[in-house]
Amino acid sequence: MSGVAAGLVIAPILLPLLAGAGMLLLHGEKQRAVIAGLNVAATIALVCIAAVLLGMSDSGTREVYRLGNWPAPFGIVLVLDRLSALMLLLTSVLALASVVFSLARWHRAGAHFHSLFQFLLMGLNGAFLTGDLFNLFVFFELLLAASYGLLLHGSGLARVKAGLHYIVVNLAASLLFLVGVSLIYGVTGTLNMADLAVRVPHVAPESRGLLEAGAAVLAVAFLLKAGMWPLSFWLPTAYAAASPPVASIFAIMTKVGVYIILRLSLLLFGEEAGASAGFGGDWLLWGGLATIIFGAIGTLASQDTARLGGFSVLVSSGTVLAATGIGQAGVTSAALFYLVSSTLGIGAFFLLVELVERGREPGADVIAVTREAYGEEDELDEAEEDVGVAIVATMGLLGVAFIGCALVIAGLPPLSGFIAKFALLAAALNPGDRSGAVPGSGWALLVVLILSGFATLVAMSRAGLRIFWASPDRTVPRIRAIEMAPVMVLLMICVAQTILAGPVIRFMQATAQSLHAPAGYVSDVLQVGAEGVRQVEGK
Amino acid sequence: MELVLAIGIGTLAASGVWLILRPRTFQVIIGLSLLSYAVNLFIVAMGRARSGAPVLIAKEIGDPAKYADPLPQALVLTAIVISFATTALFLVVLLASRGLARTDHVDGQEPEA
Repeated sequence: MSGVAAGLVIAPILLPLLAGAGMLLLHGEKQRAVIAGLNVAATIALVCIAAVLLGMSDSGTREVYRLGNWPAPFGIVLVLDRLSALMLLLTSVLALASVVFSLARWHRAGAHFHSLFQFLLMGLNGAFLTGDLFNLFVFFELLLAASYGLLLHGSGLARVKAGLHYIVVNLAASLLFLVGVSLIYGVTGTLNMADLAVRVPHVAPESRGLLEAGAAVLAVAFLLKAGMWPLSFWLPTAYAAASPPVASIFAIMTKVGVYIILRLSLLLFGEEAGASAGFGGDWLLWGGLATIIFGAIGTLASQDTARLGGFSVLVSSGTVLAATGIGQAGVTSAALFYLVSSTLGIGAFFLLVELVERGREPGADVIAVTREAYGEEDELDEAEEDVGVAIVATMGLLGVAFIGCALVIAGLPPLSGFIAKFALLAAALNPGDRSGAVPGSGWALLVVLILSGFATLVAMSRAGLRIFWASPDRTVPRIRAIEMAPVMVLLMICVAQTILAGPVIRFMQATAQSLHAPAGYVSDVLQVGAEGVRQVEGK
Repeated sequence: MELVLAIGIGTLAASGVWLILRPRTFQVIIGLSLLSYAVNLFIVAMGRARSGAPVLIAKEIGDPAKYADPLPQALVLTAIVISFATTALFLVVLLASRGLARTDHVDGQEPEA
């Protein structure tokens, strides 16, 4: 591996660290523009680096960065493969949209927004790149600490209340994380993920219970972040309370949990794991399905558009978790396609919510729903609010963006959400074994996905009708191009994902296949050939 | 020693869990601290705790069973630092919540009796 390539692997961690720390040195109103410029520049650089890394990873080789150049099972490694490169690019694109959106006004709502934002990116990138369980814990804590600050950005009672719950829940989850990590270390004597994959099949039968208990405790910590029902009670409130740019970048935070579950379940408990193969798969499948149902009911029940977004996050992560539980390469590749499309769609939706809400009085949603429920039509407000000049383009743009978000999130043609769900169901219903029979899990996924898509569509249409058609007293919001552009760009990426579905799906299939064959990962990280892996296993 | 360690971890964890389920923010923060002590002790225990054994291996390696495993100690050190920092951060949020909501209830409002 050449020196430049090696340096690039660690750049997504170092760049936000340096940028965030540098911004801390500048303060005051005058330097706000400098700080904002630094943040945008660092995030753009991150997008470029992630794109280059994605290109590097697509050749099929894994770049392994050894910190301090210690050999793999002893030192800490960063591993770049297709999945981590994909997540890096997704994170940085979402981050760019969110930071550009915040420039219009939100970044002035509190201190150190830009530094915290970069530290969050550092934690996210580190979690995606690391190949070591304890290092993962450190990056998780980093991103959580930054997210505590960001959630409280803008202050106010609602945010502090939601933030308090969010912090307690995540601190408790971090302690579970440590318990799981130390159980696994106690049984196997290693924390390197590749080394673990080698050792798990050879764990003595009497220690296997302890290992699986450790893995389950660890999984609870990740599933809490991913928002699996019933560990997701905190999520909609926290996401709805967060300021819009923060909620938008938080759309990727649940995906960190999903990513780790996907990576570890396939690496440690894949087909080659001996007695523990497929451990926890059923839990993921049924838990994921329960999450989708809970999220779908939540979208129907939410009276507030931001909460609707929060519940859509649950539907999205439930879908990927259920697909992970099925554990077939075809389903995994479709789930990755879905993950990208739904994360972009939800990120755009959280930004859009604030724009369309701006023209309405606070609490209008609750009143509107109550009106619907009681069949009351309030005629009092009609005569007022003729002041704002109705700019057709603004409302038109907002409407188009809203429809775009709804299509992507609900999974309707012609946008990428539909292709993702179609690929997911096609793969789940064609398991590709000899019998040709459709497994029960495929049917369950089919029913739940179709119904949740329908529920999301109903909820989105209701919100759209209320916002755009049924509000006689609304004023046309003043929206700056810098706020509208990120939403449009995110949606355009979904459109591009639809048009280029062929190449994208091919990339996802290559990703899923290498995930389902962990031997390649192990031999790359431990720097031994396929022969060497067998030798290590033999010991 | 195993028994003392096990009882200690169990007591700390049980008290911690009970406290974080209490309705006052101060009880929650004490509960989280107790839980983190329990977890730190647990990490040490999972590294095959030995008393009085050196962690560094001398020139002549000899029997590794005579030495303590240094890795769990490094892990505990990191975990202590992180839990200390997050507890301090939580304390700030706790005070903000107390100031804004004028109550120390975890929900930011007193339950209706």
